[in-house]
Amino acid sequence: MNVKDRIVEIIAEQAVLEVSDVAMDNTLDDLGIDSLGLVESIFAIEEAFDIQVPFNANDPTDSGFDISSVASIVAAVEDLVKAQS
Amino acid sequence: MRRVVITGAGTINALGKSVSQTMEAMREGRCGIGALEFRDVERLSIRIGGQVKDYDAETHFNRQQISLYDRFTQFTLLAAKEAIEQSGLTFAGELAAKAGVVLGTAGGGVSTWDDNYRAVYEDGKNRVHPFVVPKLMNNAAASHVSMAYNLKGPSFTVSTACASSNHAMAQAFQMVRTGMSPVMITGGSESMLCFGGVKAWEGLRVMSRDACRPFSANRNGMVQGEGAGLFVFEDFEHARARGADILAEVAGFAMTSDASDIVMPSIQGAARAIKGALNDAGLNGEEVGYVNAHGTGTAANDRTECAAVADAFGAHADKLMISSTKSMHGHLIGATGAVELLACIMALRDGIVAPTIGYQEPDPDCALDVVPNEAREAKVDVALSNAFAFGGLNAVIALKKV
Repeated sequence: MNVKDRIVEIIAEQAVLEVSDVAMDNTLDDLGIDSLGLVESIFAIEEAFDIQVPFNANDPTDSGFDISSVASIVAAVEDLVKAQS
Repeated sequence: MRRVVITGAGTINALGKSVSQTMEAMREGRCGIGALEFRDVERLSIRIGGQVKDYDAETHFNRQQISLYDRFTQFTLLAAKEAIEQSGLTFAGELAAKAGVVLGTAGGGVSTWDDNYRAVYEDGKNRVHPFVVPKLMNNAAASHVSMAYNLKGPSFTVSTACASSNHAMAQAFQMVRTGMSPVMITGGSESMLCFGGVKAWEGLRVMSRDACRPFSANRNGMVQGEGAGLFVFEDFEHARARGADILAEVAGFAMTSDASDIVMPSIQGAARAIKGALNDAGLNGEEVGYVNAHGTGTAANDRTECAAVADAFGAHADKLMISSTKSMHGHLIGATGAVELLACIMALRDGIVAPTIGYQEPDPDCALDVVPNEAREAKVDVALSNAFAFGGLNAVIALKKV
């Protein structure tokens, strides 16, 4: 399974939605994922790809990990997987 | 209803091993936060904390005691000794039968859990020390204080995360105020600066890697601390009759529950607790000169707390001083309200308001007088101490100059 599909699966599970209901341009807010859901999603992503995601809930925009949409999360994780492989 | 006063105080925390050392550090705006030192710290991504350094248990306790005293109990006993010695009280007869100890802790013997899980899971041992349970239990500290000082009245431990101490002190206050007991020992203790204790907090993604900067626009999270704060709460008439030195009066308190979210704070819940404490103490908001903030340095707490203070005090919010001493000693979780009460006592008694250090950039969402970076001389007649816990449980205490 590629990075994108796995992330969509993780986000869908967190949002209690079908995978088909998650669009790449959705924000986490669109999907009803709150701050706790976000922290849990990041944990699931770290576990799934065996990576460290630099994320501080106090300042999400300054964490160097772009969470503005599903697409941006996929891109950020692809970078991290490449960098940490 | 009886008046309740504080006739003894004791502490050990990252700023000092006594009340005088701690207050001196607060006056000087000294930071007790530094590199954490314990086993496996290199496996953590958060490596700073307000740790009690240069501490050797063996200089205070014998081997048999250490086998029963987790670090949080050791801290408690050291702070209790200072507080009770200052009060000049000894407990015998009727007083011993009625006096008790109510303490707060969130985690209890966290390092005892940590060490023994490591022994059985990582090291594969099939046997642990026989005193693991009496050492780690949350009420161990309160029980050892009761044994050390012959306190035979109401004694128990309160655990409400970051509000534990304030909830405990509120209970002790209520017991003295209603006449149930003439003297109560109270406060709290916490020691979770060990691998498992910090690892758990790290998971929540709210910890700062570099500093605790409450109310500063560039704040990036909380920093854990450890230690204990203990007090002697005494019936005013009882204290006066024996000519005790009175540090401050406990004037009132309030507790509220947000009933909304397990981690996100609520403006309404916090504001109701602040207003409730003033109401309970029979005080007007305008009389409050200083608020020791919960001020964790997280984005969410500081913004919410400032809004709650603005809501509770109205126009007076811009006149009072509010500071977070967590910037210096870190967040002592279940002990935090107890150590922070010292800043309130210092403001009332010495006329010195502890600063919020590490303050770098104003945040429009925290536009109050946060006493940035330097302590200030001021005449303060009433001080509040805020504690707002995970789980939405809030407890605010009001102190008055005597």
